[in-house]
Amino acid sequence: MQFVAEVGAATERSVAYVGGLAQLFGSSLRVLFRSPLKRSRLAHRAVHQAMVVGVGALPIVSLITFFVGVIIALQGAYELQRLGAMQLVASLVSISITRELGPLITAIVVIGRSGSAFAAEIGTMRVTEELDALETMALDPVAFLVTPKFLAMAVMMPCLAVWSDFIGVLGGCMFGIASGNFTFGSYTIATRDALVAHDVTTGIVKALVFGLVITAVGCQEGFSTGAGAEEVGRSTTSAVVTSILLVILIDLVFTTLFYLARGTA
Amino acid sequence: MAAPAVPSPVISARDLRVQFGDREVLHGLNFDIFHAETVVVIGGSGSGKSTLLRTLVGLEKPSAGQVHVKGVDITKASSRAMDDIRKKIGLAFQGGALIGSLSVGENIALPLLEHTTLQPTTIEVMVRIKLEQVGLTGFENYSPSQLSGGMKKRAAFARALAMDPEILFFDEPSAGLDPITAAGIDGLILDLKEAYSMSMVVVTHELASAFLIADRIILIDRGNIVAMGPAQEVRESQHPRVRQFLDRVADTTQDDDVDHLRMLTEGLR
Repeated sequence: MQFVAEVGAATERSVAYVGGLAQLFGSSLRVLFRSPLKRSRLAHRAVHQAMVVGVGALPIVSLITFFVGVIIALQGAYELQRLGAMQLVASLVSISITRELGPLITAIVVIGRSGSAFAAEIGTMRVTEELDALETMALDPVAFLVTPKFLAMAVMMPCLAVWSDFIGVLGGCMFGIASGNFTFGSYTIATRDALVAHDVTTGIVKALVFGLVITAVGCQEGFSTGAGAEEVGRSTTSAVVTSILLVILIDLVFTTLFYLARGTA
Repeated sequence: MAAPAVPSPVISARDLRVQFGDREVLHGLNFDIFHAETVVVIGGSGSGKSTLLRTLVGLEKPSAGQVHVKGVDITKASSRAMDDIRKKIGLAFQGGALIGSLSVGENIALPLLEHTTLQPTTIEVMVRIKLEQVGLTGFENYSPSQLSGGMKKRAAFARALAMDPEILFFDEPSAGLDPITAAGIDGLILDLKEAYSMSMVVVTHELASAFLIADRIILIDRGNIVAMGPAQEVRESQHPRVRQFLDRVADTTQDDDVDHLRMLTEGLR
């Protein structure tokens, strides 16, 4: 019985947590449409955030997805070579990168860079009473801190995903050329033939949702920070772990949905 | 509305109770704070004085009782009504609580930018005036992390003053400062008292500065008001807890420590 009660309590906590995320997103949206802040400054903050979370992530996202592209090509070639189907490397790389790994790897990098930073920033502001200060100045912390982050992530995550698709395919291409099975031109044509627009849009939709989830989790963990510096550390860790878990879960759901949709089409 | 014969208070608390979980921190406080007076709330650590301050500005919700600020009951006010009141008050936090991602000048400009339609150039001038008033001329472009403890408090004063508040709250203005800097802060509060006709509520445990700046003193002990009155009256009070506090006598029993431990362990439960 004890076990059942614990499972029940854990389920209740999880539902409440997800409810909190939705609420945060909802109040951010409300701010966007009925902004008590003047819009130009909201946009200004969003652009600043976009530079940090998006443009700042470009080098590391590029490096990692390039390597992942090479790795997929290597792993694919290992098996495809035995079947004498090396020309399929290009389509293997392009489809797995655009539909799955591009958005996912981007999300993981952004969680590490920005999800954790959101939690640490807001958590520190909780500890130093800066959140209280905003409130006593009649400024809504959600409008001031969270809405710009949602805006920035909603724009930058899809952009980063498309960029990582491109770099990942480039990584596969490097292997294709190095292995002597492709030229740059033939690899490009093979990739173009393998991909349909749907593959890329699938990835973009995933990236957008990942971005919103990462922001919501990072900010919620920040707001729920208790007193003391060690609490900020706890929030940051929790933001990263929870975001990774949720991103993978959502990825599973989306991939299943896209698979089923394809089956009926 | 005809002017009342008796001045109406800017803050009026009736049977104010605040509870954290099932532990009551403030046990039914009654007091009034009038226009243009400086009230200093003193009390030991854990007496509930900081909770009182947080309740008066709406950061904590009372569990019972009423608090009228500028005639509005903040225990029942909507969030919009609360925001309207907050635009008329300023709070200088103990650690400054300046927004770390903004410069000192931007911190002071923030409430003006968000709540007024003033031109940026006007705001710039106002920021400079406020900084000058607190003795931080020329520090607009510094980041809060570059300021010393005393300067942070001064910058926090400037931000609290930005909207020309009718009530100004100070949380431990001289805590954690060396005697010279603390005296400077006391002098600054006296200057502000002279320059503006606003009500000031100062929470502190520094006796010397309390008697220096106060018109009236409220002494809080374990969530109850044990003494309230003009500074001189409180200084001469014969109430045992007041004497103990003013004469800096340690508690003979360990009750306080046991209470404190119980409070901590109950919090963990």
